[in-house]
Amino acid sequence: MKKQVFEGLSPAEIKEINAETSHYEDKAAVSIEALKIVQKYRRWVSDDCLIAVAELLDISPTQLEAVATFYNLIYRQPVGKTVIHYCNSVTCWMLGSDQIQERLCRHLNVGLGEMSTDGEYTILPIVCLGACDHAPVAMVGDELRLDLTENAVNEIFGR
Amino acid sequence: MEKMNKPLTKNIRPDRAFATLADYESTGGYQGLRKAITGLQPKDVQQWVKDAGLRGRGGSGFNAGLKWSLVPMDANVPQTRYLIANADEMEPGTFKDRMLMEQDPHQLIEGMIIAAYAIQANTAYIFLRGEYHLARRRLAYALLEARSKGYLGEQVLNSAFSMEIVLHTSAGRYICGEETALLNALEGKRATPRAKPPFPLVTGLWGKPTIVNNVETLCNVPHILHYGVEWYQGLGRGVDKGTKLFGASGRVKYPGLWELPMGIPIREVIEKYAGGMRDGYKLRGFLPGGASTDFLLPEHLDVVLDYEAVAKAGSRLGTGTIIVLDDQTCPVQMVLNLEQFFAQESCGWCTPCRDGLPWTVTLLKDILAGKGRIEDLDTLAGLTRMLAPGNTFCALAPGAMEPLQSALKYFRDDFERYIVGSHAIMEPA
Ligand SMILES: Cc1cc2nc3c(=O)[nH]c(=O)nc-3n(C[C@H](O)[C@H](O)[C@H](O)COP(=O)(O)O)c2cc1C
Ligand code: SF4
Ligand code: FES
Repeated sequence: MKKQVFEGLSPAEIKEINAETSHYEDKAAVSIEALKIVQKYRRWVSDDCLIAVAELLDISPTQLEAVATFYNLIYRQPVGKTVIHYCNSVTCWMLGSDQIQERLCRHLNVGLGEMSTDGEYTILPIVCLGACDHAPVAMVGDELRLDLTENAVNEIFGR
Repeated sequence: MEKMNKPLTKNIRPDRAFATLADYESTGGYQGLRKAITGLQPKDVQQWVKDAGLRGRGGSGFNAGLKWSLVPMDANVPQTRYLIANADEMEPGTFKDRMLMEQDPHQLIEGMIIAAYAIQANTAYIFLRGEYHLARRRLAYALLEARSKGYLGEQVLNSAFSMEIVLHTSAGRYICGEETALLNALEGKRATPRAKPPFPLVTGLWGKPTIVNNVETLCNVPHILHYGVEWYQGLGRGVDKGTKLFGASGRVKYPGLWELPMGIPIREVIEKYAGGMRDGYKLRGFLPGGASTDFLLPEHLDVVLDYEAVAKAGSRLGTGTIIVLDDQTCPVQMVLNLEQFFAQESCGWCTPCRDGLPWTVTLLKDILAGKGRIEDLDTLAGLTRMLAPGNTFCALAPGAMEPLQSALKYFRDDFERYIVGSHAIMEPA
């Protein structure tokens, strides 16, 4: 893969981040939103991006890093185009989330957190998705998939 | 009038579509707000909600109106105040706030405007869990609708009261639901809890008086204002007032979520609404209100779902969503799954929790791997005391100990089986 040169945050990113600042008493408050905006465009937050965002918000990169590493949904490593979060909390675990994880990983031939060779997918565990009455469940990109079965591979990747 | 005993879910449809502003208004929506803002003083609104007996649905059970009445509001204190809807729902086994936000977003918005009016807060935040994408889209749409109709913004319903609601989406971390950690998260800091006192209602977001209420708590508010205190009190079957969302997940026939009167027996939820256990499975026990509540047993099925009644039985009403343990799931493995969650989600701020939870996980794993010793059970019991309320900086660790301490009490044989078993294996044949 060729290494991309970082050319700073895009005008669109900067505009969206600045728009968020009006809702809070100070700029630091938009840290998480800013990281999520960057991630929307780039899928993950590289060191270069982190430093650029910190500069934009007038906080130190260390402070922003402390926030970035705290959250499950901020990726500090490259991830696939679609992240599949399978729930491994109590009800989903009880109803077979381990097997679902195994099947998905085997299908894509990846371990947890790795990117599939075509760059399309990354599989990560996530805590209870608030759909326990439909366990086991997963979130594919932005979308919840409910009532998964032993056919989870088909249910998630289509026929 | 048939639906009047289900105020929270009256707009919720089986097809999971959401109630638009027009739908919401057609069933009495925004009438409560109109009444509050045109006819009642903020103090009156506080009093109504207090008298109604609405208790916090985020787990604490604190009277919502009473909490509001403690916010400093005299003329000589700073006039900036905040209201926050805690929509960080992440406690394993809990799936109630998502439905309320996805399918009837205006109910939350109206509840927030009334609550903000009651404490005279001009800015409110919805602190939404990052994974709730559909809720985010629907709330964002509903906020636009509410603004365009004058329910939000400058001079709400042409009154002197103005307010804005900001939708903030988080990025996934259980501790953010703890109200003081939530304040740090909202300020863009690492989300570790703050010392209490001072309580957020005096010194909260950016140091200003701040009320944090659960989504479901706020969703009750419009109905109290619209239909009155007496009507609301009449909804409960037992000591506590109103209705609540109760749910059941696990190996029951029909897992789901139902709006039911407070004070309903647990048996009715599990047997009538959830249809009892799936064929071939027996009920072994249950966590009555999410991952951080103590196990109860089938002998507790007749306990009613009131805050004190569940506490007397040795657990907590918590979030009201029951996690069912069947006879073919190992309680020790279930507790390991729960403790792994808590260990992972510990914010690491205080030592007992940061060290104690991973230690708990290690001990449980060893026991399950047949490497446990009988003394390990004493060590685990010791940990439940070490991480008890008062010994840690926030309630995460004590919550984590609830399912463990009750499992040690009720399912001790299951723990010992792994230990005795391992010794048996080591015996020469
Ligand atoms: C670790 C932890 C996580 C919590 N998560 C939530 C949550 O996701 N939603 C919520 O409403 N309350 C949560 N709470 C409770 C809040 O701290 C607070 O009591 C509640 O939001 C107050 O609202 P209520 O009075 O309306 O119940 C959590 C508490 C702890 C200790
Ligand atoms: S109890 Fe756990 S989650 Fe709470 S402050 Fe201490 S380390 Fe953080
Ligand atoms: S436990 Fe998986 S959605 Fe709740």
